Amino acid sequence: MTVTAPTMTETVVVAPPQARTRGRSIGWWGMVVLIATEATIFIALLSTYFFLRASSPTWPPDGIKPPDLGNIAIFSVVLIGSSIPIFWAEAGNRSGDQRRLRAGLLLGFLMGASFLAYQGYEYSHLDFRWTDNAYSSIFYATTGLHGLHVLVGLLMSLVVQAKAWSRKLSADHHVSMEVFSLYWHFVDGVWLFVFTSLYLTAHLR
Amino acid sequence: MATTQIRPASEELEELEEVWEDDPGIPGFFSTVDHKRIGKRYIYTCFIFFFVGGLIALAMRVQLATPNSTFLSADSYNELFTVHGTTMIFLFNTPVLAGFGNYLLPMMIGTRDMAFPRLNAFSYWVFVFAGIFFFSSFLIGSPPDGGWFAYTPLTTKPFSPGFNLDFWGLGVAFVGISTTVGAINFIVTTFKLRAPGMSLNRLPVYVWSMLVFSFMVIFAVPAVTVAAGLLELDRIFGTAFFAPGAGGSTLLYQHLFWFWGHPEVYILFVPATGMISMIIPVFSRRPIAGYLWIVTALVAIGFMSFGVWVHHMFATGMPALALSFFAAVSLLIAVPSGVQFFAWIATMWHGAVRFTTPMLFAIGFLLIFLLGGITGVMVAVLPFDWQATDSYFIVAHFHYVLNGAVVFPIFGALYFWLPKITGRMLNERLGRVSFWTMFVGFNVTFFPMHILGFLGMPRRVYTYSSGLGWDTLNLLISVGAFVFALGVLLTLINFVVSQRRGERAPDNPWNADSLEWATTSPPPDFNFEAIPVVASRHPLWDQQPLPVADSGPDDATQGFGFAGAHDHTTPITGGLRSVPEGTMRIPEPTVLPCVLAFGLAVFVVGLLAQALIVGVAGLVIGAVGLVWWAWRTGEH
Repeated sequence: MTVTAPTMTETVVVAPPQARTRGRSIGWWGMVVLIATEATIFIALLSTYFFLRASSPTWPPDGIKPPDLGNIAIFSVVLIGSSIPIFWAEAGNRSGDQRRLRAGLLLGFLMGASFLAYQGYEYSHLDFRWTDNAYSSIFYATTGLHGLHVLVGLLMSLVVQAKAWSRKLSADHHVSMEVFSLYWHFVDGVWLFVFTSLYLTAHLR
Repeated sequence: MATTQIRPASEELEELEEVWEDDPGIPGFFSTVDHKRIGKRYIYTCFIFFFVGGLIALAMRVQLATPNSTFLSADSYNELFTVHGTTMIFLFNTPVLAGFGNYLLPMMIGTRDMAFPRLNAFSYWVFVFAGIFFFSSFLIGSPPDGGWFAYTPLTTKPFSPGFNLDFWGLGVAFVGISTTVGAINFIVTTFKLRAPGMSLNRLPVYVWSMLVFSFMVIFAVPAVTVAAGLLELDRIFGTAFFAPGAGGSTLLYQHLFWFWGHPEVYILFVPATGMISMIIPVFSRRPIAGYLWIVTALVAIGFMSFGVWVHHMFATGMPALALSFFAAVSLLIAVPSGVQFFAWIATMWHGAVRFTTPMLFAIGFLLIFLLGGITGVMVAVLPFDWQATDSYFIVAHFHYVLNGAVVFPIFGALYFWLPKITGRMLNERLGRVSFWTMFVGFNVTFFPMHILGFLGMPRRVYTYSSGLGWDTLNLLISVGAFVFALGVLLTLINFVVSQRRGERAPDNPWNADSLEWATTSPPPDFNFEAIPVVASRHPLWDQQPLPVADSGPDDATQGFGFAGAHDHTTPITGGLRSVPEGTMRIPEPTVLPCVLAFGLAVFVVGLLAQALIVGVAGLVIGAVGLVWWAWRTGEH
C-alpha cells in the first residue's frame, strides 16, 4: 500500500491555557469510584438477603430468633458516630491543627475498633452457625464482609495516623487523610443499610 | 513564543528518555508502570489465551465432526467447553479490550500515563495470576466442567465434589478484581487527565466507549463476584446459599450471575463498536456521521444493558409480568445499536472508502453484527426463545455477537493500531487474505449452527447418533472452524514477519485524526514531550500545525511542556472543558503491584487447597504490600 498521508505532525509551541481553582484530587476521584463498586457489592448481598427471605415461609427460618437489638443498636451509634471525629480530624488537618488531626483519628479508630470487638462478641453468642441454613449464611456473609471493611478501614487509619505522627500531613498534604475519611464514611454509611435490613426488619412481622 | 518545530532537539529527547526509562532487565519487567508496556503485555497475554481457547474449540469440532466419535470422552468434552467459554470471556475478550484501552486511551486524550499507573500494573498482574491459576487446573487433572456460567445445583459440592469448579469460582472472583481496578483507572483518567480543551464533546468515540465500558464494569462485576463468592462459600465452607434443602435458592444464582452476565455482553460489545467508530471515518476520509447520536446510543446501551438479564432465564418459569418487562427491554436495546449501525453506513455513504485491512474487518463486522443483532431480537421474543433456548441456535447467536462482533473489531484494531504500537507496518496483502479466510471460515462455522438448532440439536452434547440429519452440517461446521483458525494463523504469521521485516511505520500511516497519531511510532515513554492544546474533535485534521503547550510558572501549568515531562509529571485538568488544575507526579517503577497481586494469588491458592497457613501467608503478603504502598502514596 502506498502511504500518501502526512507522516509527521508539525507542532507549534503556545503558552499554557488559563488555569482555574483546583478541583478534587485524583485520589479522591479514585476512591469515589471504588466506593460506587463496593456499594454495589453490598446491594447485591442485601438483594440476596431479601430474595432468600421472600422465598422462605418463615423468617428467620427453623425457629431461629431474630438477632437482639439492644447492644448492637448502641454499637451502631458508636460506629456511625465515629464519622464525627474523622470529620473533625480532617478539618483540623486543613486548618493546620496537627493535634486535632491526631486526636480525631485516634478517637475514630477506637470507636471503630470497639464496634468490631462487639461484633466478634456477638458472633460467639449467636445460637446459629453460618452452615445451618440460607438465613444464617447470608447473615454471617453480609455482616462479616462489613466487618472486613471495618478492619481494612482500621488498617488505613493506622497508616494515616503513622503519617500524621511523622509529620507527613499538613494543609497542603491532605490527600491520604481525605481518601481515608471518604472510605471510613462509606463503611459507616453502609452499616446503616445492613443494620436496617438484617436487624431491624427481621423484627417486622 | 510560537516556534514551529517537528521534533525536539535530540539532546532534549535523550534527557527525557533517561527520566522516563524503566529499570533494565528482569527487575524492569516486574516493576514497570508504563501504560504502554502494560497495555502491550495485556494484548499479547490475551492472545496467548485466545490461541489456547481456539485450540480447545478445534478439539471440540474434531469430536463433533462425525457422529458417535470417540476422539474425546464425555468428561473431557464437558471440561473443554467450560474452559473454552471461560477463557474467551474472562481471559481474552474482557482483558484484551482493557489492554487496548490501556495502550490507547492515555494517548488519545493527550496525557503521559494513566491516573493510577501502579494500579494499572496491579490489574495486569492480577489478570496474569488469575489466568495461570485457572489453567493450573489442568496440571492436577481437574479443569472446571460445569459450563462457563456454572449453574447451581450442578456446581455445588454434592454434585461436583472435585476441585474442578473451585478453579472456576475462585478464578472468576479473582480476575474480577483486575477488571474492576482497570475500570476505575479508565474513569478517573478520562475525567482528570484530558488534554486542555478536550471537552467531553470532543472526546474520540473510542474514549467514550471505554468510559461506558468502565461504568458498566463498576456496577456489573460486583454481581458476578458475589455469585462466584457465595458459590465458593457453599463449596468450601458449607454455607447454604444455593442448597434448596436448607432454604437456599438455585434461581438466586442465576439472577446474580446474569445481572453481570448480560451487561457483560455489552461490556465487550461497546468498546468493540468504539474501535469501529475510529476505523470507519479514517478510511472513509470524513468525520463520523452523527457523533452525538453515536455517543448517546453508547450511553443508552450502558443503562439499558442492566435491564435485560432475565432474558437468559426465560425458561425458568418466572411470572409473566417480569418476563414481559425484560422481553420489552431486550427488544428496545436493539434501537441504540441500530442508531450506531446507520451512523456507520452514513459515514461510508458520504465518504471516499479505502478498502484497507482494518476497514475490511470493520465492514465484515457490520455484516456479522447485523445477523447477530437480528437473531438477538428473535430470541428476545418469548415464544421463540422457549423453542430455541439451549439449542445450537443460541450457540450460533452468541458466537455471531461475541466472536464476530467483538473479535473482528479486535482484529481490525490490530491492523489499525499495531503500526503505532510496534513501529512496523503489517503486510497489507497477507492481511486481506487473512480477513477473507477468517470471514468465510467464520460464516461456514457459525451460520449452519442456526439450522442445526432448528433441527433440534441441543448445545453441550459431546456426541450424537447418525441419522438425525445433523451429520453433514456438523462436518461442514468443523471444516469451517479450521478455515477460521487458518485465517487467525495468517494474522499471527503476518505479525511475526512484520516484526522482523516489516516496513517502518510512519507516525500517522492512515492520516487519522486522533492524538495518538501525533507521536512517533512506537511512541516515546513520555508519549508527548509537550501536551497538545485541543480545539477540535479531529485535532490532527483541523489543527495544522498542532499547538502544544509550554510549561507555565505555577503548579497548574508546569506539567505541560518539556519541563513537565522532565519532572516525570503530567497535567491534571478538570471541568467539562478540561481546564488546567494541577500537576500529577507519575510514580517511579515499583514491584509493589506485582507483590500485592502475588499475595492475593497465594491467598486464593490457600482457599482452594483449604490450607490455612497458605491463605494466611497470602493475606500477610497482601497486607504488608498494601500498607507499604499506602505509606508511599499521596505525598501531598
